[in-house]
Amino acid sequence: MSSFSLEEAALMVERPEKSEPLGLFFWICVSWIGLNVFGAIFANVLPLPNPLTENFNAINVGPGLHHLFGTDDLGRDIFSRIVYGSRVSITVGIGAILIGFGIGAPLGMLAAYRRGRFDSFLTTIMYVLLAFPAIIATIAVLSFWTPRSLFKIILVIGVASIPLVYRVIRTATLSVATKDYVIAAKVQGATDRRILMKELLPNIAPIAVSFFLIGVATVITLEGALAFLGLSVNPPTPSWGNMINEARTVLTENVWLAFFPSLALCLFLIALNFIGDRIRSHFDVTEVKL
Amino acid sequence: MLLVGIVFVISVGSFYLIHLLPGNPATVILGFGATPEAKAILYKQLGLSKPIYLQYFVWLGNILHGNLGVSFISQTTVSSVVRSALPIDAEIIILSQIMAFAAAIPTAMRSARKPDGIIDRVLGATSFTLLSIPPYILIVVLVLFISIKLGISGTGPSAYVSLGTDWITNLESLSLPAFTLATVSFVVYYRVLRSDLIATLQEEFITMARSKGISQRRIMWRHAFRPSSVALLGAASVNIGGLLAAGFVVQYLLQIPGLGYTLILAINESDFLVVQGIVLTVSVLVVAINFFFDFVINMVDPRISRE
Repeated sequence: MSSFSLEEAALMVERPEKSEPLGLFFWICVSWIGLNVFGAIFANVLPLPNPLTENFNAINVGPGLHHLFGTDDLGRDIFSRIVYGSRVSITVGIGAILIGFGIGAPLGMLAAYRRGRFDSFLTTIMYVLLAFPAIIATIAVLSFWTPRSLFKIILVIGVASIPLVYRVIRTATLSVATKDYVIAAKVQGATDRRILMKELLPNIAPIAVSFFLIGVATVITLEGALAFLGLSVNPPTPSWGNMINEARTVLTENVWLAFFPSLALCLFLIALNFIGDRIRSHFDVTEVKL
Repeated sequence: MLLVGIVFVISVGSFYLIHLLPGNPATVILGFGATPEAKAILYKQLGLSKPIYLQYFVWLGNILHGNLGVSFISQTTVSSVVRSALPIDAEIIILSQIMAFAAAIPTAMRSARKPDGIIDRVLGATSFTLLSIPPYILIVVLVLFISIKLGISGTGPSAYVSLGTDWITNLESLSLPAFTLATVSFVVYYRVLRSDLIATLQEEFITMARSKGISQRRIMWRHAFRPSSVALLGAASVNIGGLLAAGFVVQYLLQIPGLGYTLILAINESDFLVVQGIVLTVSVLVVAINFFFDFVINMVDPRISRE
């Protein structure tokens, strides 16, 4: 009982009531992400033309009533391909970061909490891995590990993100682990498990959520780059990145084919980054180096 | 010590890539129609008949002698492929870094002088938006506008001219790639330098300098920029891997025969030894550049090495 009230008291000292409101633009961004996710999940149910149907009577048509965003060089509906394409980006983004957090976050918390040999050993390994630029490593592995599939892409990017997540979570935990309320809990004889789950986890949660969102945005950017280079899911499956790649060859004939997927990707990334950034400043956590 | 560890991990990683290929490496690398002689050469070259850890030492021995293998498609040595492509990447990156620093340093100083002022806010919002625009979109937009809409020749796809041929057209053909990488780096440098300058300007020695009546300009450059340049160099060091990768994407669109374009062509042609050689070169380069930057940072700020 007493540990509970202590915890609360500590929280009150930690967070003065000065957090500013999230603002209108924050909610616009949230609903934009919501709309995209909704479209990705229900793409089959929504009244969209088939993204794979080729129509040679309507090649490179500009935006209009019949085809909202126009058609590509094979007469496929661009709007429909963008909605379906968001599935790849969103799945890879969330899947890869889940792998990164699943392994990197517990390790980072444990390392920061235990310190000593365990910490310095893990941290050295992670720094060695970080020195290897993630995008070059993923390009290398994906070009050899054929045939490529969505699962392999998620796995490779996910593993590549582990050291990054580890570093952020470790730094965040370190700043909390020496606080008085954690020491108080230790003195009271709380188990390590309890301290990790009940004292440390809630306090690093805002930073974790914020980094999760920014991480998803980073992974989506990376997947887009891979798709642009032709190293992501195989055509004809649409993804934002490989649509831009396809537009590469018909830049002069069809501007819209490059424009709309780029716009979709940028708006999605801006919204995600903004939400992540806002959450971080809302909870007034000191900026850790991402 | 750490450097040795990192290079070891990179070498094992690059070596093992070949074994990620489905099936027998010799068959995959040479294709199914390969003659027994060609296979025998490859077996000898890679030591494929030996156990895997011995293969690694055979491979490492070759690398240390500067032998990255021979491409089985173009029949040229991989090291000569790398040597002809690498200067193009270097040129693009150097050009972009000059532009990025030239733009980031004055703007960051301007912002830091009045944090939350109008200029700072506009620059903040702009840099935040640019942060979310990946290089592969930026270059597409630039090509659409500048090469196609405005019709400026020599900037579009496959317009590359080598530096030896004519340096003006060479610069023209590399202007869009360099500008793209410059924008990507500018955003990072601006944000890092701005927040570090704001922190530095609150230090006591700045107040001291102000009270002595030293001019604003001199305080900015002599007193605030020097300590803050450490953060800037750190950001540049972390940025280099991403820059190389962004360079790949940009080269791919414009068909500039640097490392990136060569790499993607090699991947599409299944020229695996070229891919392996480029991956190894790039990774070692990134690590070497990072260590070089650490060295420079120590020179700029002696406090770090003393700690």
